[in-house]
Amino acid sequence: MVGELTWSRRIAGLWIPLGALFVFALFPFVWMAATSLKANAELYDPKANPLWIRHPSLEHYIGLLRESNFLLWIGNTMLVAVVSTLISLLLGLMLAYPLARMRFPGAGLLALSVAVAYLVPQTLLFVPMADLINRMSLGDTLSAVMLTYPTLLVPFCAWLLMGYFKTVPRELEEAALIDGASRWRAMTQVILPLCTPGFLSAGIFAFTLAQNEFLYALLFLNTSTIRTVPVGITGELIRGDAFYWGQLMAAALLGSLPVALIYSFFVKYYVAGLTAGSVKG
Amino acid sequence: MSVNPVLDAARPAPQAVAAPRPFRPREWLEREAVFSWLMLTPPMLFLLAFLGYPFCYGVYLSFVNRPVAQPATFVGLANFVNLWNDPIFWQAVWNTIRFTGAATVLKLVGGLGMALVMNQNFRMKGLTRALLLLPFIVPTVLSTVAWQWILDPGMGLFNRLLMFFNLVTQGPSWLGNPTLAMVSVILVNTWRGLPFFGITILAGLQTIPVELLESATIDGAGTWQRFRHVTLPLLMPVIFIVTTFSIIFTFFDFQLVYVLTGGGPANATHLMATYAYAISMGGGQLGLGSAVALAMVPVLGLVLLAMSWYVRKD
Repeated sequence: MVGELTWSRRIAGLWIPLGALFVFALFPFVWMAATSLKANAELYDPKANPLWIRHPSLEHYIGLLRESNFLLWIGNTMLVAVVSTLISLLLGLMLAYPLARMRFPGAGLLALSVAVAYLVPQTLLFVPMADLINRMSLGDTLSAVMLTYPTLLVPFCAWLLMGYFKTVPRELEEAALIDGASRWRAMTQVILPLCTPGFLSAGIFAFTLAQNEFLYALLFLNTSTIRTVPVGITGELIRGDAFYWGQLMAAALLGSLPVALIYSFFVKYYVAGLTAGSVKG
Repeated sequence: MSVNPVLDAARPAPQAVAAPRPFRPREWLEREAVFSWLMLTPPMLFLLAFLGYPFCYGVYLSFVNRPVAQPATFVGLANFVNLWNDPIFWQAVWNTIRFTGAATVLKLVGGLGMALVMNQNFRMKGLTRALLLLPFIVPTVLSTVAWQWILDPGMGLFNRLLMFFNLVTQGPSWLGNPTLAMVSVILVNTWRGLPFFGITILAGLQTIPVELLESATIDGAGTWQRFRHVTLPLLMPVIFIVTTFSIIFTFFDFQLVYVLTGGGPANATHLMATYAYAISMGGGQLGLGSAVALAMVPVLGLVLLAMSWYVRKD
């Protein structure tokens, strides 16, 4: 880079701010872990060091798995996230492919409406959506969230995929058509395989968004056994004013684990999805 | 048999020119417009049914009185008049503006700082980026529950640390005091959103050619001047887009406040989103709740206008 890099400058300009960022970003997770691994006697002892564990204990984890439907919630969350991600990728592909690669009247207007749909927030839709789902007799079923999550994810997936589809040269498709392939074959066997990174980005991003969703799950999932992790935790582990912090933190940590694990394998694609809209312009 | 219209046109015409071309489903399918609309129709229908229709239905609801499980009666603008005279609504509006403004500024400044720090050369950059992005990945509700415990007045981390260093004898009630509760809500939103700004702006920084900065150095520009006159102008498009996105998602935020304070104490942290939820789901007034939600549309419209203006400018 520019300028000479002395050690003192390196420490003041890089390591100290980086250290501060690490503390700021990660201390809540350390606190979650420390809380979840302490027995109540140590946890609520005002003299004990809050960030240190003297007697590690798994009692909160065992209690959580025994006393609540936590494993069911994890299963429901995964199922809902996977299904809604797959639906969103498919519908997003069907929107993005023609918009990015075909010339037909109305394409510009449609692309704009996809962008607007991406920005329409859930907050505007939840009241009528609740009414709609109830009238379809889907209230209190997992289908309700599997149907509504894609409304949040499809515009985003379509927008991201459009960017990837546009990068594949038109000549490739034309060459395939000249060789006698149908449009369908040109798409499925020539263009789409080249856009695998796009699908990974959109998929991983949609998956984390689906795991994060709360409002629709709160509205539609009332029975304990069909709840997702966020609604289960806020609805059942926080009981009035008596907070079961040990169990709560164990649940929050375990609940974050699937998404953190998947994210750690696909960081590159996640960041690509995150920055796609803003950097490519 | 060729299916490419360009090649067909270039080829000598087939012998029976005069006869109308027979309808061939396969050829018809190969036309760009036909293929496009066959692909587009299912997702369009889905979005119309589950985005377009609810939106229109929400507009309709805001003009009726519709208690849960009862038929609607048309009331014209009465819901909006009610809101106009409702001090809690105005408090929620004001809270939403303060919350969005403060959190956006903090995230932008912090994110810019984070991006500049991370734009240097150091080992394990990939891992650092992955770890610093964690607050943004972890489901909001789960990290917010952890923050609730951090801010707990009795045994929470903040007050334990304050007491440990003998700064106070009794820690403040972070979520019980109206001002501190707003500060806390802003803090937690900043914690979660800052990495998004940081990583996105970093990606923007990396597209700035090093030669530009080097030639500025040769011309005698100092660190600040390089930042002010080279880096910042080139970053503006990225900063504009990230900020716009963040404003929208912060303005319409629901989960964080719902979990952390529930809008309290005494409505001090109610946002328009949580207030709409409280009225429609807690109070059962679907019409009035829709009106609160609809009152947020002008803001969305303004942001979209600013965005389209900016895009057209380029």
